[in-house]
Amino acid sequence: MYRVEKAEKLAAKVFQMWVCAPHVARQARAGQFLIVRIDQQGERIPLTISAVEDDSVRIIFMAIGKTTSHLSELKAGDTILDVAGPLGKPSEIPSNGTCAVIGGGVGIASTPIIARAAKAAGNHVTGIIGARNADLLILEDEMREICDELYITTDDGSRGTHGFVSDVLRTRLEEGPMDCAWIIGPAIMMKVTSQVTLPYGVKTYVSLNPIMVDGTGMCGSCRVVVGGETRFACVDGPEFDAHQVDFDTLMQRQRIYLREEREALDVYHNDRCACRENGLHD
Amino acid sequence: MTDRPADERVHDFLEVDQGLTPATAVVEAERCIRCKKPTCVGGCPVEIDIPAFLAEVASANFRGAADIIKRDNLFPAICGRVCPQEIQCEGSCILGKKGLPVRIGALERFVADWEKEQGISLPDVAQPTGKRVAVVGSGPSGLAAAAELARAGHKVTIFESLHRPGGVLVYGIPSFRLPKVVVEAEIAQIAIMGVEIRLNHLAGQSVTVDELLSYDAVFLGTGAGLPFFMGIPGENLNGVYSANEFLTRVNLMHADRFPEFDTPVARGSRVVVVGGGNVAMDAARTSRRLGARVTLVYRRREDDLPARWAEIIHAKEEGVEIICCANPVRIHGDPEVTGVECVRMEMCANDVSGRPEPQPIPGSNFTIDADVCIEAIGQGPNPLLIRQMRGVEYGPKGNILVDEEGRTAIPHVFAAGDVATGAATVILAMGGAKTAAKAIDRMLREE
Ligand SMILES: Cc1cc2nc3c(=O)[nH]c(=O)nc-3n(C[C@H](O)[C@H](O)[C@H](O)COP(=O)(O)OP(=O)(O)OC[C@H]3O[C@@H](n4cnc5c(N)ncnc54)[C@H](O)[C@@H]3O)c2cc1C
Ligand SMILES: Cc1cc2nc3c(=O)[nH]c(=O)nc-3n(C[C@H](O)[C@H](O)[C@H](O)COP(=O)(O)OP(=O)(O)OC[C@H]3O[C@@H](n4cnc5c(N)ncnc54)[C@H](O)[C@@H]3O)c2cc1C
Ligand code: SF4
Ligand code: FES
Repeated sequence: MYRVEKAEKLAAKVFQMWVCAPHVARQARAGQFLIVRIDQQGERIPLTISAVEDDSVRIIFMAIGKTTSHLSELKAGDTILDVAGPLGKPSEIPSNGTCAVIGGGVGIASTPIIARAAKAAGNHVTGIIGARNADLLILEDEMREICDELYITTDDGSRGTHGFVSDVLRTRLEEGPMDCAWIIGPAIMMKVTSQVTLPYGVKTYVSLNPIMVDGTGMCGSCRVVVGGETRFACVDGPEFDAHQVDFDTLMQRQRIYLREEREALDVYHNDRCACRENGLHD
Repeated sequence: MTDRPADERVHDFLEVDQGLTPATAVVEAERCIRCKKPTCVGGCPVEIDIPAFLAEVASANFRGAADIIKRDNLFPAICGRVCPQEIQCEGSCILGKKGLPVRIGALERFVADWEKEQGISLPDVAQPTGKRVAVVGSGPSGLAAAAELARAGHKVTIFESLHRPGGVLVYGIPSFRLPKVVVEAEIAQIAIMGVEIRLNHLAGQSVTVDELLSYDAVFLGTGAGLPFFMGIPGENLNGVYSANEFLTRVNLMHADRFPEFDTPVARGSRVVVVGGGNVAMDAARTSRRLGARVTLVYRRREDDLPARWAEIIHAKEEGVEIICCANPVRIHGDPEVTGVECVRMEMCANDVSGRPEPQPIPGSNFTIDADVCIEAIGQGPNPLLIRQMRGVEYGPKGNILVDEEGRTAIPHVFAAGDVATGAATVILAMGGAKTAAKAIDRMLREE
């Protein structure tokens, strides 16, 4: 059992949670993730380790389905049955270079820990974070503190530059050299944005988010195609060379259980309503 | 026979074989003719004193029988159910030359189940030695090593990456062959013996190699969990599974009870399973229980099927269609699987394994309609931890090289089970682990 130390809402449907999990916190490094299973009936879902403090790790997630919705209702003092990790390989951070850390939507969750590691290795770090609108933008203050320079974009122009992170990235690439970039967000955003760095020869990493089960390399659910080869994202990644990734296969495999996911969420909401009516909850 | 009828059992996940009763157990045990030189014992990888335990069963002293078995095997309820007895103890039984061998496995299971109902007597645990041993993995090998080391008085900590202990016993072998309560009960014993099991701990990540090496000894029982894929076109379509993934979703995560349990699995109406071993049979029979029409495709002849004979019979009884001498060449679909294209195979000159080499017959392709394809073509050791253990030597298939007592090339680090042998059996994993544990104990006492 792992205790929720702190839980708060960051934006519409986006939540931040600190969980006490010493075995994960002690070893966690930038780029790695953990797996949670809330209760006996629960699914194992992967979430990026977004920050570490003493024995606790921070996760930031968007409530989009059954498990993330359930997770979003936990409060400080509640427990999570299982937390496994840290999983996956840490980010390959160069030293004394120029790096960009780019996050889109809830993918911004992964950026501070990488930016911090890049900074600690003596790099000049440019942060670019973007969301659909100002209300959905998360971690701006934290990223401003870590990065040497931070750019903000929103699709509707309600904050920062009106446009996409890819637009700002392109401008930034025109201005000066860059050794290395991380792009983290929805698959389609990673696909489009990583095309921007290709002509500039920037070593570019994306963090892939296929459907996982064990997260330890024993099922193959998370297989992705990188450089024409099948790799297991949970052990060979989750970060891969963006310019080698077959994003279309990734996006296709993320949709395997759309029908079941909708059903699970419906059942969950119905149960919640029934419980409330019967006074079993809240 | 003690099997439930096929048309009944194919609708549930309850155990197929209902086991012996005290009365039928006594009668079966009385068939043993007490050979002067019993051949069955040599057939058992852990050399249980079979004639002695059969004699106790014959005189209805089931507790006495249990005590004899447990001298050599702490997990008889598991082994009695899943050991390939037909090539081990029962295969060596003299009665089998003319008629049916004594049903040693069924009797072992009966005795173990009887003892569990009556209350287990735990083995004596020696005085604490003050030595600490780290065991990685809680499959049959890890459990057996832990039990043996705890018995000898050492402080054992098991690190298991999953949320439930048991390895293949809980995530691979379906409950209709091995009910999970049986596994839980056997694992509870080692907890009572003082073994600590740390779940959700992936060795190499949650626990570093240096931390492992800070123990007085390390036992690696990480198994062979890495699934192989055929490498044919269409393998990444939605609806293609490794048997490991499919079985894990159902056995460990209970996807058969979705949406009561949150983990889904594609419920095919027509499933093609590729392979011919126990794993393939388990995937096929599990798919039948999820309501699918199931075809199993195997590249060699029916006589070459490596699965246990009983499992092949069970699968057929449950309506699994088996197509031999055929091999998939492509999976069709967009993006969901619609069919599996196969080619017929003919048997040519013997290959390195001493079996005739199957070769595709050009132009013989045919397609089986399917919405799910499960590949059960084998698995190898997971390299995650092994690669980080500098100094450990491993073979071309990734299996750790050990001597006959389980020593690796690093002092104080031992390994046994599938990680050392490649995918094998529960009892070989336990036997190897026990030998290694004895060697660890000797080493720790000499220091
Ligand atoms: C390495 C990695 C890191 C991730 N980090 C974060 C993070 O920091 N914050 C965040 O909000 N999300 C993250 N995700 C995605 C997150 O795991 C899914 O949003 C979550 O599993 C959805 O579960 P659900 O039951 O709420 O939704 P569902 O309704 O079950 O699914 C919604 C969508 O999430 C994906 N998904 C479903 N089940 C899984 C699963 N078992 N494994 C992976 N993806 C799944 C599918 O594409 C699906 O369409 C990460 C995924 C991976 C692989
Ligand atoms: C579907 C299926 C059916 C089978 N049927 C039979 C049968 O009927 N009879 C029979 O005798 N054999 C059968 N087998 C084979 C048998 O199950 C194996 O030979 C046996 O389980 C091997 O035991 P093991 O302890 O070496 O490994 P495993 O059982 O694989 O256990 C290894 C454990 O280590 C854990 N682990 C791995 N790496 C790490 C790490 N780095 N850190 C922490 N934990 C880790 C894994 O999660 C797992 O729990 C079957 C196998 C399968 C897959
Ligand atoms: S452990 Fe296996 S081989 Fe040995 S007697 Fe029991 S069933 Fe037979
Ligand atoms: S999630 Fe199972 S192998 Fe990666």
